[in-house]
Order: sequence, then structure tokens, then C-alpha cells
Amino acid sequence: MAADGADRVAVIGSGPPAHGREPAPPYGEGRSGRMRRTARRQWVHRVDRAVSPYAYVTPFFLVFAAFGLFPLVYTAWVSLHDWSLLSEAHKFVGLDNYRTLMGDSYFWNAAFNTVSIGILSTVPQLALAIWLAHLLNRPLRSQTLFRVTLLLPNVTSVVAVVVIFSQLFGRDYGLINWVLSWFGIGAIDWNAGTATSHAAISTMIMWRWTGYNTLIFLAAMQAVPRDLYEAATIDGASSFTQLRRITIPMIRPTIVFVVITSTIGAVQILAEPLLFGTYSVTGGPDRQYQTLALYIYENFTKLDFGYASAVSWMMFVFIVLVVAVNYALTRRTRGSLT
Amino acid sequence: MTAQVTGGAHARPCRPSGGVGRTLTYLTLTGVAFFSALPLYYSVVVASRDNSALASVPPPLVPGGNLVANISRVFDTVPFALALLNSVLVAGLIATSVMFFSTLAGFAFAKLRFRGSRALLVLTITTMMVPTQLGIIPLYLIMVKLEWTGTLYALIVPALTNAFGVFFMTQYLSRALPGELLEAGRVDGCTTWGLFWHVALPAARPAAAVLGMLTFMSAWNDYFWPLVVLTPENPTVQVALSTLAAGYVSDYALSLAGTTLGTLPLVIVFALLGKQVIGGIMQGAVKG
Repeated sequence: MAADGADRVAVIGSGPPAHGREPAPPYGEGRSGRMRRTARRQWVHRVDRAVSPYAYVTPFFLVFAAFGLFPLVYTAWVSLHDWSLLSEAHKFVGLDNYRTLMGDSYFWNAAFNTVSIGILSTVPQLALAIWLAHLLNRPLRSQTLFRVTLLLPNVTSVVAVVVIFSQLFGRDYGLINWVLSWFGIGAIDWNAGTATSHAAISTMIMWRWTGYNTLIFLAAMQAVPRDLYEAATIDGASSFTQLRRITIPMIRPTIVFVVITSTIGAVQILAEPLLFGTYSVTGGPDRQYQTLALYIYENFTKLDFGYASAVSWMMFVFIVLVVAVNYALTRRTRGSLT
Repeated sequence: MTAQVTGGAHARPCRPSGGVGRTLTYLTLTGVAFFSALPLYYSVVVASRDNSALASVPPPLVPGGNLVANISRVFDTVPFALALLNSVLVAGLIATSVMFFSTLAGFAFAKLRFRGSRALLVLTITTMMVPTQLGIIPLYLIMVKLEWTGTLYALIVPALTNAFGVFFMTQYLSRALPGELLEAGRVDGCTTWGLFWHVALPAARPAAAVLGMLTFMSAWNDYFWPLVVLTPENPTVQVALSTLAAGYVSDYALSLAGTTLGTLPLVIVFALLGKQVIGGIMQGAVKG
């Protein structure tokens, strides 16, 4: 950087004689004025170099601070109040909302549903994604066609996905029950039960996200040195052994990353339970598939902002915990390749 | 899962191989591709039928002739033209803004040296992990204060920049923009802004285009926040679709005609530019 600055000075110093022909500045004359001008330019240049980088990254941090971080922190403040949009006064109630929450069976029901749907959708999805990426990570014909088709569900909006799958999971005329009937399985009312509704919702999530995560894993796999596989092949290691002993240990940072982002995504599931079957903020008549995010939305529609904020904040703590546990687990399952 | 083990045993990841393993790989991938496309195909089938045809066993498996009629019912039921216009406007503006600000910040992080740049970049990446959806209630309160509820400002302004874009462009520019080019620009007397405008921005174009597409798609598909802050009278496509689905549950022909219409533009764009989009996703992922 210093050498760079020196270059710049030299360039200015040896500038064209045109300088001399410019009108003299009011505050000086001749040689000293020229030097001052040069000094000023150097100063502008220094300021430009020092300030510009910060100016360029500022818009991002401003927007994030105003519309990302501040609302999140403010949630904690709102959660300590009896806060409704209907009245101007917001009474400070301390931890009352949280106390209510602890004894609120709807809240615990939503927490259970969130964990259940989260595990059902994430675990098989990631296993499938790793396997598919492993299959795609070799010379294949129609490689691009496969990839594009795999990502097609992710281009579909979540609303569209739920509407489509609500039809597919229909009790009387749905395609899925029709196929199941070939195997002698009677019409399943997917919405009605806890287990069946969780399975249906997890299917939607898996359908939308497996292809995306496959591509992320594939990108990581392509960065694994080829000679590792060649050596393993010569040693007679099967494809599955190679996946287990080479690929998975080598892409572990990516696995950690995907596990964390999927977890965060799974905890925030809202549209699927809201729109599955019939639109209901309670997630079915018996709340059999109401998630935490949906419970927040239910309280929001009741304009009970204080309580909804308390649920949000609990959910935040919950996410941090789940991510920490996941992180620890994924870090611990070390491969044998070191 | 058993097929995976036995099939994989014969395949070699590193070179083309023939035989059972290879066939099984193709079969598996074709099967997965089939199930990826099936729900979309079937939604077109439903959207092109009338409801009496749908209430039959076995269900219809090929498209019928009612698509146009169903689509015109969509336009009669919800303000779908307005929704399309709103979505194009919102997604277009967000994508443009994200492309610009991400390239700007990415240029600074990748090529300018300044105190704390490393820490700020790490901070940027960390913010990707923050579940900002949880702040949605205060965000709504902010919009009430600004009197932006029910308007498109509420969707556009918070989305003007994002961490993923900054990270993505930083990655790209640190690889694609040679330092010598910038030095040469400096020697020629370019200001930092001049370097950005004349050197970095042209070099960033391919990656910025991919980022723009990804941003457009996610803005087009965004649902929760628009649902909270907009009204059914001035919706985006997703809000209009959920109004359709909410009010006319059993009328699948109607809601899926809307769904098809709302998804089709993206699917077409994606089919044309899918290769680039996939390249972008995979590039952004490598060092994630």
C-alpha cells in the first residue's frame, strides 16, 4: 500500500505543465500555490482511499441494522409488555408473558410439532441429498438436465407447493391415496392425524429442498481431490466405502453449514401448516400440525403483539440451542480421514 | 436404500464405468427427476380440468380443455393482474438493488484494503445465520410507524441488500478481478469510485446476473412478510394465491390454475437459464 501511495505521488509530481497555465488560486501564488494544490489532491486521494471502502459496505450494514437486527432486539422489549395494536398504552408486565408461556399447552404443542416436522423433513432429506450428490459426482450424460430438473421444485413457490400437495394428499380424490389403494391401503385422511399430517408436511419440505441441498453438496464434492478416489479405487474400496471414508469427511464443513441452515429453516416453517388442506392459523382443528412460527402468526392476527414477541424470543433461544447441538454433533462425527 | 449399496459397489466416482452400477445410477436419477417434475405436471392437469372431472376415481392423468376458463375465473376472483404487476415491480427492484449494492460491497471486501475489513466480512457472513423472520412483529410496528403497511415500500426497502449477495460478490470478485487492473487504474488517476464503475462493475457482470436471478426468484416466492404487511386488495402473486387457496379450498381447479399462472414465468426463465442459476448456487456454496 505504501509503495502504491508513493507511485501516485510521483505521478502527480511529474504532472503536465498544464498546471502552470491554470488561474492562480486566490490564497496563494506561483510555486507555493501549486504545491498546496498538490497537497490538497493528495489529501483528497488519501480520504478517498480511507473512507470509500467503509462507504461501500455501509448500505448493507444500515439495512441489516434497521430491518434485521433492530426488530430482533426490539422483540425482546415488546415481549416484556402487554402490547396490542388496539391501544396506545403498552403496559410493562415484566416476565408475565413468559410465565404464561411456560404453562401454555398450545405453545408446547407447537414446539413439539416443530421438532417433529423438523426432524422428519431434515434428516431423510440430507441423507438423500448426499447420496444424490454422490451419484451426480461422476461423468454422466444429461448431467445438466438432471440438475435442472432437481432444482425445479425449489423454483416453485412455497404457496404453490402447499396447494399442489394439498390436492395430491386429498382424502377422496388425491393421487397419493389412489396409488396407495393399489396396495390395499384404505383412504388416509392426511390432515386429520398428527403423524400423517406431519408426514405430509415433511414430504412437501423435502420435495422443495432436496434438490437444492444436493447441488450444494455436489459443489463441495467437486472440490475433493480426484486422486483420493483413484487411490481408493486401486485399493479396491467400493463406491459406498468411498462415500463414507473420503467424501463425507472431506465435505464436512459444507455438511455443518447445510445442517445449520436447514435447521434454521425447519424451525421457521409456517406456510405449509397454514395452508395445508384448509387455511387455518391453528394448524388443523386440533392444532395437530401448528408450528411455533404459525403460533406466532396466530397471536399476531389476534393483535396480541406482546405475547407473540415472547414466543418469538423463545423460538430464537430454541434455534440457538438446536444449532449448537447440531453443530456439536456434526463436528463430533469425524471421519477416519486425517 | 439397498439398491444404493449394491448399485454403488460397481460404480467408480472418478471415471466412466459401465455395467449394473451405471444403469442403476441412471435409473435412480431418472426416478428422482420424475418425482421432481410430477407435482408440477399434475398441477397443470388439475388446472385444466373442471371440478367434476377431478372428483372421480381414478383421477385424471392428462390435461383437459378447461385451462383458459379456469384462468379467467382466477382473474375474476382475485386482483391477479395487479398481483402480477406488483410482484414484477417488487422482485425487479429488489434484484436490481441487491445486484448493485452487493457488487459495491463485494468490491470493497475483495479488493480494497481497510482496517477491520476481515472482521466486517465475518460479521456479514454471520448475519446470514440470524433468523430475521423472528423480528417480524417489531418490523410490522416499524412499518405502521412509517405508514408503509399495505404498500410495496414495506416489501422493497428491507430487502434492498442482503448478506448472501455481498458474500457471493465478494467471492466472485476476489477471483475474477485481477489486482493489476486496479493498480493500472490507480496510476491513471482513477478515484475509488472510478475503479468501481469502470473496472469492477463490468468485470462483475456475469456473477451479478446470476445473483439478480436468484434474488428475483426468492423475492417472487416470498410469502410470510407480504402476507403480514399487505392487504388482499393490493397483493403480490403469492398473497393472491393464498387468498385463492384459503377461500376456495375444494376448488382445486381454480387454485391450481392460479398456481400454474404464478409459477410458470419462473419455470420458463429457469428452464432457459437453469445452467447459469445452478452454476451460481454451486459457486456460492463452495466456500460456504
